[in-house]
Amino acid sequence: MIPELGHFALCLATGLALVQFVVPMAGAVTRRWRWAAVAQPAAVGQFIFVALSYAALTWAFVVKDFSVLYVVNNANDALPLMYRISAVWGAHEGSLLLWVLILAVWTLAVSVSARRLPSDVGAIVIAMMGAVSLAFLLFTLLTSNPFERLIPAAADGKDLNPLLQDPGLIIHPPMLYMGYVGFSVAFAFAIAALVTGRLDTAWARWTRPWTTTAWLMLTIGIALGSWWAYSELGWGGWWFWDPVENASFMPWLVGTALIHSLAVTEKRGLLKSWTVLLAISAFALSLLGTFLVRSGVLVSVHAFATDPQRGVFVLAIFTIFVAGSLLLYALRAGQFQSSTSGIALFSREGLLLLNNVFLTVAALAVLLGTLYPLFVDAMGGGKLSVGPPYFNAVFVPLTLPLVLLVGLASAVSWKRGKTDRVTTQLRWPLAIAVVVALIAAALAGGHWLAVGLSVLLGVWAIATAAYDPVRTVLGRGRVRLGRAAWGMSIAHMGLGVFVIGVGIVSAASIEKDVRLDVGESETLGAYTFTFEGVREAPGPNYTARIGAVEVSRSDRSFATLAPEKRFYPSQENPMTEASTHISPWRDVYVSLGEPLQDGDVRGAWSVRLYVKPFIRWIWLGSFLMALGGGIAASDRRYRLTRERDSRIAAGAASA
Amino acid sequence: MSKARLLAPLAVVVVLIAVFGIGLTLKPGEIPSPLIDKPAPAFSLPVLGQPDQLIGLDTVRREVSLLNVWASWCVACRVEHPLLMELAARDVVPIYGLNYKDEAGAALRWLDRHGDPYVASAQDLSGDVAIDYGVYGAPETFLIDRDGVIRFKQIGPITPEVLEDELLPLIRQLQGAAS
Repeated sequence: MIPELGHFALCLATGLALVQFVVPMAGAVTRRWRWAAVAQPAAVGQFIFVALSYAALTWAFVVKDFSVLYVVNNANDALPLMYRISAVWGAHEGSLLLWVLILAVWTLAVSVSARRLPSDVGAIVIAMMGAVSLAFLLFTLLTSNPFERLIPAAADGKDLNPLLQDPGLIIHPPMLYMGYVGFSVAFAFAIAALVTGRLDTAWARWTRPWTTTAWLMLTIGIALGSWWAYSELGWGGWWFWDPVENASFMPWLVGTALIHSLAVTEKRGLLKSWTVLLAISAFALSLLGTFLVRSGVLVSVHAFATDPQRGVFVLAIFTIFVAGSLLLYALRAGQFQSSTSGIALFSREGLLLLNNVFLTVAALAVLLGTLYPLFVDAMGGGKLSVGPPYFNAVFVPLTLPLVLLVGLASAVSWKRGKTDRVTTQLRWPLAIAVVVALIAAALAGGHWLAVGLSVLLGVWAIATAAYDPVRTVLGRGRVRLGRAAWGMSIAHMGLGVFVIGVGIVSAASIEKDVRLDVGESETLGAYTFTFEGVREAPGPNYTARIGAVEVSRSDRSFATLAPEKRFYPSQENPMTEASTHISPWRDVYVSLGEPLQDGDVRGAWSVRLYVKPFIRWIWLGSFLMALGGGIAASDRRYRLTRERDSRIAAGAASA
Repeated sequence: MSKARLLAPLAVVVVLIAVFGIGLTLKPGEIPSPLIDKPAPAFSLPVLGQPDQLIGLDTVRREVSLLNVWASWCVACRVEHPLLMELAARDVVPIYGLNYKDEAGAALRWLDRHGDPYVASAQDLSGDVAIDYGVYGAPETFLIDRDGVIRFKQIGPITPEVLEDELLPLIRQLQGAAS
């Protein structure tokens, strides 16, 4: 009964999404404000029914209702409750429902704050989000109904994909979707700007906090995915240029460009049509990611079970929204001419424009590398991978100048930079960066060039970003820093931390694959690993082989690591759980290979040993970027000025 | 801003959509390679894991053999791999690897982890031999007969259908003709 109610709630939500799209949009265009006022109640109603539907599916998992096909395929009797709840988004149908739920949450948040917007802008924004929701609700209902019954019911389910039975993966997809879906807000604002023809400083100020919030969620989502791959796949890698990783990275790059171009549009009223184009592109790339993952056009470790009908449906959604909005852009963006000739290169806006060029080209390079296999396929070749050789060769040179720019732009003022001020402000950060880089290069031995260069760039970004906050804390600041400035500084320091982490871990990681008998030792770098054997132990829904590896440095033992191989009955291949000793300066990482003496668990094993210096800095940097985004998005001026703008707009309307 | 510049994004996306549309309708296909029924290009490369030994076409053509282009960074290769393992276990045809633009360490770890279906893998670090073979990317597979002639080429992973319906019958025919 509950699953049928869930299905019914989903149908009602679809009806409300249709209302939320059509009525306010018609109201805004024909200036019937009572129609436009339908937007908010429709959004609230849609949220309630989507949430009910989601709760119904969760309920089916909690009570192990094995008469629901989706539950049978993604859970079994032994699966712990925590993973039964997260199994809701463990496969295509349920993750689509989560996608729609998150969109409903964003719409609700926008509709609550939309009272501060001019009524036509608010109505169009909510109507566009209703249109997106309608498309995905129809997609769910017509091709991917999660409530489909299995008659007769199964006695027990299969199992949740063991790869997904990891705490990191519980929050990775929701955060990623929060980011993807959040870009629909910027997209809706872009459409509103194109339809109403109003694209001013106030518009940029409304759009900024939403975009920054979506961006920070995407940042966390990607970082969690990378952290998960590191701890779960057992290869010691943190980024693989897999098509699905790229699918999340492209909207991130364009979203980063959008955040910066919105700053220019807000402060200087420039780059208007470019900002609109970026807002459309960020969401278009989110939709593209959805298409690539769910249509099976690319080969990936992440791909969902695929079905050509679904691919056609997502492609249709992509076509309607992206081609439709770009057509609108072609027709209407001409009115937002803001002369780019007024931009001096040596000014904040000039350097931000340069930042946008690099970010956009980087996103295009990733797009090309991701789609090249598809192009070959479409021309009659087969399905290929281009892989890291391409991405590393293209991507790294494109991003290094960005880090230089971050430091430079912080010292250059809007309109026209003053050379003497720039040199005064950058003198110290440059000196610090050079000194630290020289020390790092001296300590790095054979990898001095790569380590020195990445430390130079990273410390440069950190020191230049810290300049204003440090002066403020010392009481010597020129002006009091607002939250937006603090957020920017912290995010840019995060970039510096990230660059140092990536540079050092790529250059100076050491690893060894060894055969170890019980009691045997192996040395890697300064560390000695002693293998103490493997024991078998049951888990809740798997059996584990748990190794014990004692790690010591200078004859002092400091950790016993316990890498595991887990065998899930539902899965042929064992799952690897690496074991890591973490410190800010390096990870010691051990993963189990295979038993080497005729499968004898108690004998010798192949063991992979890694020492990964500074790898934590990659995720620390990502976290700082997200934190900075959060602080910036909470800046008081967004709320205050929104109220002031709407008072002005209200005054104009009543006059 | 000119109209053309405003229309450019739309034009790009329309092309993309067309490609996606074609991509959806196409199954992993083979295109006739200009090399089919031509002599396979000769090569001489170090053996993966035994860099002091060389392997070349003369080794491969001793029997009707498969030459499979692979790399540890290649996601599609991981998809194809279980099929190669199964084929190797059936012992119908020797499979040689052409390890394409890969680090030896990473490649050996990959084989250690996923299993090694290859009699031997030639290490093509620069990708020069792959260029001679007209390789688009990894994986690709060539069927080479005892005359050193390429008889079949698969771009992308070998699927179970291609293996059963095309590759195995052709292998049997070539093995029969020679004995």
